Amino acid sequence: MKNPYLPLPMRLVKNFVETEDKLIHTFTLEFLNEEDEKSFQYLPGQFAEVSVFGVGEAPFGIASSPTEPGHLKFSVAKVGVVTTTLHQLPEGTILGVRGPLGNNYPIEEFKGKNLVVIGGGFAFTTLRSLITYILHPDHRGDYGELTVIYGARNPGLLLYKDELAEWEKRSDINLICTIDRPVEGWNGRVGFVPAVTKEVAPSAENAYAVICGPPVMIKFTMPVLEELGFSPERIIMSLENRMKCGIGMCGRCNVGNKYVCKDGPVFTRAQLNQLPNEY
Amino acid sequence: MLLNKGQLTDWLNQLMQAYQVFAPIKEGDYFCFKQINSGDQATLNYTNSKVPPKEVLFPRSEKLFCYRCENDGVQLTEQIDESKKIIVGLRPCDAKSFLLLDGVFKSDKYHDPYYLTRRNNTVLVGLGCNQPASTCFCTSLGGGPFATEGLDLLLVDIGDRYVVEVLTDRGRELLAGMELPAADQEAKETARRVKEGAALSTQVNLEGLKSKLDVIFYDPIWDLIHEKCLGCAACTYTCPTCHCFDIVDEAEGNEGCRIRNWDACMFPLFTLHGSGHNPRPTGKERFRQRVMHKFKYFVDNFNAIACVGCGRCIINCPVNLDIREVLAEIQGSEVRSDKQ
Ligand SMILES: Cc1cc2nc3c(=O)[nH]c(=O)nc-3n(C[C@H](O)[C@H](O)[C@H](O)COP(=O)(O)OP(=O)(O)OC[C@H]3O[C@@H](n4cnc5c(N)ncnc54)[C@H](O)[C@@H]3O)c2cc1C
Ligand code: SF4
Ligand code: SF4
Ligand code: FES
Repeated sequence: MKNPYLPLPMRLVKNFVETEDKLIHTFTLEFLNEEDEKSFQYLPGQFAEVSVFGVGEAPFGIASSPTEPGHLKFSVAKVGVVTTTLHQLPEGTILGVRGPLGNNYPIEEFKGKNLVVIGGGFAFTTLRSLITYILHPDHRGDYGELTVIYGARNPGLLLYKDELAEWEKRSDINLICTIDRPVEGWNGRVGFVPAVTKEVAPSAENAYAVICGPPVMIKFTMPVLEELGFSPERIIMSLENRMKCGIGMCGRCNVGNKYVCKDGPVFTRAQLNQLPNEY
Repeated sequence: MLLNKGQLTDWLNQLMQAYQVFAPIKEGDYFCFKQINSGDQATLNYTNSKVPPKEVLFPRSEKLFCYRCENDGVQLTEQIDESKKIIVGLRPCDAKSFLLLDGVFKSDKYHDPYYLTRRNNTVLVGLGCNQPASTCFCTSLGGGPFATEGLDLLLVDIGDRYVVEVLTDRGRELLAGMELPAADQEAKETARRVKEGAALSTQVNLEGLKSKLDVIFYDPIWDLIHEKCLGCAACTYTCPTCHCFDIVDEAEGNEGCRIRNWDACMFPLFTLHGSGHNPRPTGKERFRQRVMHKFKYFVDNFNAIACVGCGRCIINCPVNLDIREVLAEIQGSEVRSDKQ
């Protein structure tokens, strides 16, 4: 069996300032070795440990989709040692990546169903992966209606603005972007995600909801989803407990008897209802 | 078989030709397991080591790999320790802890090559406990002062000689060339008496504990139980079954190493998120985690309690927080409700 602690070498090919406040950068990485690229088979929802050699590693959700071969994307908020260093790295730097780690969104179960994807702030990363995957011509036919509700404090803090603009134009995705307070030049909705979800009122009929965002957003959106008729088995969430090993050994990320790194990070609301609230 | 105490040094010296030998030695006021380079350094008249022999297989700090960054890539060198080892004189409880750690470091999907390589290359020569300490409670956990689970050989001290119980082929190989006599009737009888005499003073009632823990997460009992705890983690650092670690880089220029160090769930930073949110913000949640992990979560995941009753957490706690009393309190509690 392979040594799960050894990172695969990758080159940072793009360090892109994603948000107006410059606190989120999106990093595009390319594999140095072709065989590594082949072995790195991932699905939306999985994460990876990214190494900055000499500084350390940190886990990030994979923001790219397996339908975009040749590279991996991560969108990273600057919060501490590794992330701050990452933000300053010049393109061309050699990084390391371990993964893919964790489980993925249940894309097989999603087949034939409508999907309501709800995101807030910079937790939109693996949701981008999921949406990109579903919108791919090879997959779009497998899924029903796709509704995306995405909120940020102001327009400048939305991630992936170019893509949002493209999705806006498509007829096979219903994209609703919202910001917290009115801003000049913004023609979209205004209001918090829970309220907007209530207004949009996506049907729970034959549908799954996938929700990622700050804890308050999740807390207040949950009752809305329940009211709309989404059962706990059909609400999918992704947790972000602090991690080191990513493989269930360092003992850091558990919620009750589940390890977020290995049993998650994707859980249904029903599964989380069975676990203590330590996330 | 019978080994004269006078032969021990020669035996260990002989083994040292093919193995690294680790044995208890006295350091300052306490004992610990260290590699010895002469058989007479092994000190087998000890009660138990301060830090468990776990650190032979899972060192408190170890290099995972070293790296050198180059313009167009990075050179990685794995640091896997393949040397053959023997741990001599470990207590049965500590041998059992390895069986528990095996489950952690070897899952269906991932194998930890650092621990597992050392584990596969290490032979365990146990030493029965003629005089268990007042803090020992191994029998409550299915072990015992002369339990053989996980061992390759067990030495039973009968005064001037050891009765050597051969438990595995790997153990037998260590005795090759020694031509030891079989244990005679008198030695067997003495061994039997020694074993009978090694009674434990404490028993912990674990019956029904798991079903209690299943519903006790939100119970106010935790507010009381953790109160004394300082969060120093002496308990977890000296526990033979604790396995939490941190991973850090140490580098100079374009070269460096990735290192893992023991870490502990009793520390606030252990679970602190980058956002500042902490799922276990106070000592209460952290103490609860330690107890729940050992006596509930580990049972859920591996069908075994992650405690071998070695008593180290009791001896080493600066405020005398005694896990036996904690368990008794939980056992005696009336569970009010498991809702927030
Ligand atoms: C599955 C998963 C997916 C994730 N996906 C993403 C993602 O897509 N994008 C993203 O941006 N993030 C993501 N995260 C979060 C990300 O992993 C963390 O933000 C990152 O690990 C922080 O690393 P760091 O080295 O920069 O921070 P650290 O330096 O480790 O700091 C983290 C926090 O701890 C505090 N801290 C550290 N050391 C000390 C100390 N000695 N004393 C006091 N406080 C201290 C810091 O102030 C900071 O608040 C994800 C996490 C998980 C588990
Ligand atoms: S919890 Fe305490 S008694 Fe149990 S194995 Fe760990 S240190 Fe020993
Ligand atoms: S040794 Fe005692 S005081 Fe220190 S963390 Fe453990 S229980 Fe708390
Ligand atoms: S990150 Fe190490 S156990 Fe989950």
